[in-house]
Amino acid sequence: MDMQISIASFILRKLFRLALLLIAVAIFSFVLISLSPIDPIDAYVGADMLQVSPEQREIIAQRWGLDQPMMTRFGLWLGQLASGNLGMSMIFNQPVSAVIGSRFQTSLQMLAIAWVLSGTLGLAMGVLAGARAGSWLDRIIRFYAYTLASSPTFWVALLLLIVFSVSLKVTPICCATPLGMLTKDVTFWQRLHHLILPAATLSIIGVANIALHTRQKLIEVLNSDYVLFARAQGETLTGIIRHHGLRNIILPALTLQFASLSELFGGSVLVEQVFSYPGLGKATVEAALRSDVPLLVGIVFFSALFVYTGNTIADLTYQIVDPRIRMGKST
Amino acid sequence: MAISSFPRRTAIRFNRRQRTLGAIALCTLFLVAIVLSNQFMGDTGLDPVLTQRNQPPSFVHWFGTDWLGRDMLVRSLHGMSLSVRVGLLAASFSAIIGTGLGLAAGTLGGKVDAVITWIIDVFFSLPHLVLLIMIAFAVGGGTKGVIIAVALTHWTSLARIIRAETLQVNSSDYVQLSYKLGRSPVWIARHHMLPHVIPQLLVGLILLFPHAILHEAALSFIGIGLSPHTPAIGIILSESMRNLSTGYWWVGVLPGLLLLLAVKAFDTLGENVRALLDPKTSQG
Amino acid sequence: MLLVQDLSITFTMYDRGLAQKQLAVITQLDLDVQAGEVVAVVGASGSGKSLLAHAILGILPDNAQVSGTILFKGEPLTPHRCRDLRGKSIALIPQSIGYLDPLMQVGRQVHRTAQLSGLSQPAAKAAVDRTFHRYGLAARVKRLYPFQLSGGMARRVLVSTAVVSQAELVIADEPTPGLHPDIVTETLNHLRELASEGKGVILITHDIEAALQIADRVAVFYAGTTVEIAQAQDFPSGKIRHPYTQALWRALPQNEFIPIPGSQPNPEALPLGCLFSDRCSWVTPECQSDRPPFLQVRGAPVRCIHADR
Repeated sequence: MDMQISIASFILRKLFRLALLLIAVAIFSFVLISLSPIDPIDAYVGADMLQVSPEQREIIAQRWGLDQPMMTRFGLWLGQLASGNLGMSMIFNQPVSAVIGSRFQTSLQMLAIAWVLSGTLGLAMGVLAGARAGSWLDRIIRFYAYTLASSPTFWVALLLLIVFSVSLKVTPICCATPLGMLTKDVTFWQRLHHLILPAATLSIIGVANIALHTRQKLIEVLNSDYVLFARAQGETLTGIIRHHGLRNIILPALTLQFASLSELFGGSVLVEQVFSYPGLGKATVEAALRSDVPLLVGIVFFSALFVYTGNTIADLTYQIVDPRIRMGKST
Repeated sequence: MAISSFPRRTAIRFNRRQRTLGAIALCTLFLVAIVLSNQFMGDTGLDPVLTQRNQPPSFVHWFGTDWLGRDMLVRSLHGMSLSVRVGLLAASFSAIIGTGLGLAAGTLGGKVDAVITWIIDVFFSLPHLVLLIMIAFAVGGGTKGVIIAVALTHWTSLARIIRAETLQVNSSDYVQLSYKLGRSPVWIARHHMLPHVIPQLLVGLILLFPHAILHEAALSFIGIGLSPHTPAIGIILSESMRNLSTGYWWVGVLPGLLLLLAVKAFDTLGENVRALLDPKTSQG
Repeated sequence: MLLVQDLSITFTMYDRGLAQKQLAVITQLDLDVQAGEVVAVVGASGSGKSLLAHAILGILPDNAQVSGTILFKGEPLTPHRCRDLRGKSIALIPQSIGYLDPLMQVGRQVHRTAQLSGLSQPAAKAAVDRTFHRYGLAARVKRLYPFQLSGGMARRVLVSTAVVSQAELVIADEPTPGLHPDIVTETLNHLRELASEGKGVILITHDIEAALQIADRVAVFYAGTTVEIAQAQDFPSGKIRHPYTQALWRALPQNEFIPIPGSQPNPEALPLGCLFSDRCSWVTPECQSDRPPFLQVRGAPVRCIHADR
């Protein structure tokens, strides 16, 4: 019962902070767009206006408050956003929410694979490197991780594209599906074939950071008092890692995993550009290059929501898994 | 008391300290060389030489030539110099913002601290690149856009570090005593805070540059950054994508490699300076 | 059972600007422990007493240089032998709950200790139950986490780790700081019991009164070296020999409560002669030129050339 109450209050607090965050992002976006040569309301209305009859234009003008002062327009705009009307995307001629929905689905497949791969490989490499700190294996892993952490994402993507798609010709040069095919005709394997290289690129880069941090955490654990005592009892290195190491790094590792969502999203913008993969990342670039304000703002909100959800889940796992928090410090 | 294996310890001492100083010297030289290469080369190598198009790397053209016959090494160095300078500029602005806000949050505390911390949290809630694109777009793109975007987004990590350091120093006993003894906040800042804050600032600043440069390259690659007429590395790479299926890999791979090396040099420099200033974090 | 001769431990550390410095934490330490007796190692906090325990167990950090001899049951303790013996024949009772894994139930941790000492699964389980029962710990304690234990329970769990292993040599590292006097007495009695069962017990502490409650002999530790190894009854009867030991005794609240002026020498720069010379009232020029050797005075080893006063 206690635990349920604390989880409920935790979720409520998080929702409140989410609301604050989204309002902040809204203000931020509105101000930014106002500073730009483009008027935010014009951008939203403009896209809408293209489609409609004069009577409806009146209604729309009222809805967005075209001739009202700034604050009122901001309020109305916020209201529209809150009720789910994110506006119309100029580029795609669809409601922004629909565009984000479908493009995110495409990105999701790639992101999910990259996320899982980078998490598991990163953990494994980090544990290996930390357990054998100072050895040649550690050096190799560290060299790889540090190099990749300093690499431009789009360059690594380009490199992989050149090696695998141009030279070896084992993967396609672009897109999520073979060109000219109807969506319903595309098989699962073809989709996989197209997303394997983008997913691999993101994984390779994501592994670096996770491996380095996991290694650091494991080294901290191995230098702790309780590991010293375990050694005093005759525990071998493998025994220590099995019984104490993994247990004590799993929580930081999870936090790291969820925090990597932010980097992953950012990386996907570049990777999708290189592979011409029609996901949310590529849509972001198009929106910026072609001044599609509603879409860009919509994506900003969405990404904030995405990252925030990830971080919240990480926090939640801490609440549930760490016995010190779960049972409350009684000392 | 007889202490064994004395020669071994001298050898280790030579290695570690000399290695750190050597690394610092090497990296600094490399980076300065890149930035100054602009002065030495002038505008040579940027004009098309149509007789030497699309040549793979050789002893004459280390990085090969592109479809207009321009030497890729020269182009890359120009671009790298440009990127480094832009990155340095943007990062410096960022550092000023970050240090200022970090110090303010740490010393003034209370509401100011809460507001600044919350702002930092909001910045961390958005993916970095999305934020950059948004700001660059709003400001109108171009070099100005990149510098402003990078400057406005990279200050958060530094602010956090400086804030933590300031809070720690502020709450320590000897500073409390100084306040009670009537020393002015300025005096305290100069004599107590600065010695602690400056090492962190220096290391943070050095490590800020590579991020700034990478992000500038990313924005240029996408097309929102530096003008397509400049040889910025991001631009070079995005141009190379147009000729991908021709198999002329050196046009994209090698310039990117140079970027990687420059970023790595900055990172190594920062890590070694940190090792020198704060051996605790590098005892391992 | 245990014989330590001329043990020296030096650490190499990195300072600002990556300069190296040497810390001579332990110099010329001599100690011996027989089966069935409690030997207390008494010294000021931070004088490196815990390092003695780590040296015997072979778990010193890599930047430590060790010289001297440690013999366990007549055979030298090589790193290889340490690996075989620790947890089985030699056990450590750590200082605090901080030495237990915070995310693991204490029952499982003690069970693991029992397994590491060579017991099979069922035998280990039985040993844990038996030991917990012996120390009055209810069965449900096994499922608690370290942070949930009270001071007394914590102490008893830590003692259990040594007892389940059936070790012959038990090293108790600072078992008494910050505890309620009743719990202190209880803890010390547990250690006395272990000695009565035929084990050798080393009690490392800064609390000389606690030590005298249960110890057979007391090794006085100063600045990284042993200055005297006296019988416990030498203290109240006034037979203690070394000037530092005498000063320590005088400094107790129930005695004259006179503190000793000055402080311990810096391990980065130890003096050439006797380590106590800068604070000693008997000091002569010969004291400051050479380190005094261990001499037998009135039946016990002392490191002072003026001890026969």
